[in-house]
Amino acid sequence: MAAVTEKRSSLPLAWLTQNLGQKLIYLILIAGAVWALFPFLWMVTSSFKSYAEASAAETFFPTRWLFSNYIDAWNQVGYFPQYFLNTIFIAVATVAGVLITSTLAAYAFARMEFPGRDVLFIILLATMMIPFEVTLIPNFILIRNLKWADQYQALIIPWTASAFSVFLLRQFFLSIPSDLYDAAVIDGCNNLRFLLSIILPLSRPALITSGLFTFLASWNSLMWPLLVTNRPEMRPIQVGIASFIGDAGTQIQLLLAAVTISVIPVIILYLILQRWFIEGIATVGIRG
Amino acid sequence: MICDLADEECILARSTPVAQTISPRTAVQTRAIRKRRTQWSAYIFILPAFVIIGIFHIFPVFYAVYVSLNKGAINRFAFVGLDQYARALSSGDFWNALVTTLVYALLTMPITMALALFFAYLLYQPFVKARGIFRAIFFLPYVVSTVGSAIVWAWIFDPRSGLLNFVLTRLGLPALRWLIEPDGVGLLVAQGLGVNIPTWLDGPSLALVAVSIFTIWQFMGYDIVIFLAGLTTIPNEMYEAARIDGANGFQLFRHITIPLLAPTTFFVIVISVIGSLQSFNSIFAMNQAAEQSLGGPLGSTSTLTVYMFDQLYTYSNYGYAAAIAIILSCIILAFTLFNFKVLGKRSSY
Repeated sequence: MAAVTEKRSSLPLAWLTQNLGQKLIYLILIAGAVWALFPFLWMVTSSFKSYAEASAAETFFPTRWLFSNYIDAWNQVGYFPQYFLNTIFIAVATVAGVLITSTLAAYAFARMEFPGRDVLFIILLATMMIPFEVTLIPNFILIRNLKWADQYQALIIPWTASAFSVFLLRQFFLSIPSDLYDAAVIDGCNNLRFLLSIILPLSRPALITSGLFTFLASWNSLMWPLLVTNRPEMRPIQVGIASFIGDAGTQIQLLLAAVTISVIPVIILYLILQRWFIEGIATVGIRG
Repeated sequence: MICDLADEECILARSTPVAQTISPRTAVQTRAIRKRRTQWSAYIFILPAFVIIGIFHIFPVFYAVYVSLNKGAINRFAFVGLDQYARALSSGDFWNALVTTLVYALLTMPITMALALFFAYLLYQPFVKARGIFRAIFFLPYVVSTVGSAIVWAWIFDPRSGLLNFVLTRLGLPALRWLIEPDGVGLLVAQGLGVNIPTWLDGPSLALVAVSIFTIWQFMGYDIVIFLAGLTTIPNEMYEAARIDGANGFQLFRHITIPLLAPTTFFVIVISVIGSLQSFNSIFAMNQAAEQSLGGPLGSTSTLTVYMFDQLYTYSNYGYAAAIAIILSCIILAFTLFNFKVLGKRSSY
């Protein structure tokens, strides 16, 4: 009898505390999400403020939404459309290069027999350990000697192969059953045709992951384009925005509008392909 | 042309009656097909990747060593032996950069990892709905370019019109100079309390702390994603068994999650050490956005990579910059080997 009442009396309390715990956890998670998101929200709302309002930092929303800030920013940056086109062109070309070179190499390492295969693969993996600081100076000198400074190829060619992508794709190719290969060989398929018509369609997740990270790295790259570009019309968006800091002077609302424009493509891409970003990171772990 | 051999084999395979039969192939036959002669065409497959990686990633390592043994302008190098290394090791700026790099790593890594593990563990609780949405939000700062978010953060830190000082002054606290403050945080606290402290207690500059806050914000979501992936590999039965034995929430975390997550933690530590020793983008972008000189104020945010870049970009000291890059690589290598030797053994179970 006593046990029953005890159980009854403890039940609502347990329910309450359990739920309290859950509510608390949700509260903490929401606080964390606000911490992650707030700078972006603050940036977007402030980019519509007047100068006085933006620099006072007193209200979250602007009293009057000044869409003209965006037009002003766009005009003041000067090369904005050019920065965008440059960045898109560079990123797309780099992704294409990486996917072509990596797919071919990964296929050879996964499916073909040749002398020195394992040694070459280890050499390839070892290059992932080289800090970029070391290769930076020789590559800069090389670009200067090739007279590639201020040319697109300087921003693209050095990055069109990635040991990491080769590794990622090879692992994926290995997971494709080799029975498929045997069957294809019997059906009279050569390596290249097998790669193009059977392996590639099956490897979409790995291709998207490696393409996505190459795109992101290219879009966000800063140090290399800073070194090899001088003419403003050759610059990609990150360098362009960084140089706009000085030009915008104290007009913070214009700077924020320019930044908003520059991050929108990446955020849209992220929202669409969010799953691939996160799963890619979770399985392989890349740090920029 | 690329696949002559394979084609030859295809034809052979077709013409042989064994392969033509519908009956399932035996293991021996399969192995026979799979284990073929050397396919020389493989070299053509790997050629493009190896040309690019050879020219832009492998050759430069050797060339960097060569450059570091020289002085002078491009194509007019003069051999000076190990002088550039001696110069670095006797330079106050170099040691300042080395200490700054280590302090920055110590400021950012443990806090980022602790926060990430905390949030990942909360997110992992089975009752949490919308886990995917939370995860996506946490991860967003990692995706957005450093330049863009640094501008926003530098403005939040702005001494005159920044949000942070606005909040501080409203709370009755003194406004701070954040990104343009070269004084140590210890010193600032001591001054605020009106006490004197010895200089070695000054601590990292407020500017470096501000950059670290930004870095923590940037990388927390990345670590969360990796920790979450690690958490999902821990079998649920472990928790259930422990719960039946009467373990409470904290004990579950301490005696099941922490040890079984060790390989993931090890991985995060290894890449965080490598990443934070090389950090450049966030500091460069913060310096720019706060209109400071590179590594400023007063060199208090000058990490080794920032210092190297400054020597290269501003002063065109190629040999010296190359020597710094090689010293930095050796430091990274030493830390990585240390991690594998010491932590790697402990984290395997």
